[in-house]
Amino acid sequence: MSLDPWTAAAILGMAAVTYACRAGGYWLFRQITPGPMLRAVLSYIPGTLFVSFVVPALLAGRAHTAVGTVATLAAAAWLAWSLA
Amino acid sequence: MTEPVVFTAAGIRRGMVASIPLLFGLAPFGLVCGITQQGVGFSLAETVLMAALVYAGAAQLVVLGTWTHPAPILAATLTTLVVNLRMALMGPVLAPWLDRMRGWRPWVSLFTLVDPSWALSVRDMNAGGRDGGYLLGVGGMMWVNWIVTSVAGHLLGAAIRPPPGHPIFFAALAVFVALLVNLWRGKLDLLPWAVAGAVAAATARLLPGTSWYMLAGALAGSLAGALRDARRSGS
Repeated sequence: MSLDPWTAAAILGMAAVTYACRAGGYWLFRQITPGPMLRAVLSYIPGTLFVSFVVPALLAGRAHTAVGTVATLAAAAWLAWSLA
Repeated sequence: MTEPVVFTAAGIRRGMVASIPLLFGLAPFGLVCGITQQGVGFSLAETVLMAALVYAGAAQLVVLGTWTHPAPILAATLTTLVVNLRMALMGPVLAPWLDRMRGWRPWVSLFTLVDPSWALSVRDMNAGGRDGGYLLGVGGMMWVNWIVTSVAGHLLGAAIRPPPGHPIFFAALAVFVALLVNLWRGKLDLLPWAVAGAVAAATARLLPGTSWYMLAGALAGSLAGALRDARRSGS
């Protein structure tokens, strides 16, 4: 159960910027009044963010990545459909 | 939007229950993170510290992929910032809830904010949910689950030692693919998603080894959707 000071410092740095992202975006948003355009952009963020994560990973991946993605999509769609 | 937003123990409990199916899907993600941490030489204490304080799987995996000794403090911090900048875009979407929470509640709830808890909360909010405790309920359960599965992965890592590129590492991607299915709202998402995918793919090729592509794709796609909507309603 040892704690290397360099590793601990890196973890603390990562933790600080992560919380700054989690809370900072909302904090900033409170300082300004969002117009209809900004609100429209935000409504699209959920889907576009995950698409942007998945597509490059898919293109870089090998065959099992594509097969796994299709299987995951099918399973998740089936689950969403059967729970709805 | 008629009923006021509240923050109750019942809402937290409802979030905790709603998170249970996701915990199974996320367990492999935590295991992979723990295995990777063990692989780069983390002690168990360091694994617990990172899981509890950073609690961001995508960033942790990206940083751990290029870990060195002594720890790359600046590079780890900057990379984490870039990978997690997307979270800055997530908080404001939940403003209708967060705006009406008092004192510590929005800030502690935001500490537990993570992609799946956010996706579930957005869905609940859009379906008329009026209890902000839901976000903390889902996020809190996932936080505990993250620490437990990271520790389990760390302990498992010593036993199995999978090589890089092993199919087990697909777990991280699968989490995001499954979330997409829940976020699809219909035809209106087609254009922004297509733009996001194309821009993200192009950016990933132009700036290899960085994670700017996530932000570039998300912003370009969302802007495309918003501009289209504005044109449709305008003229």
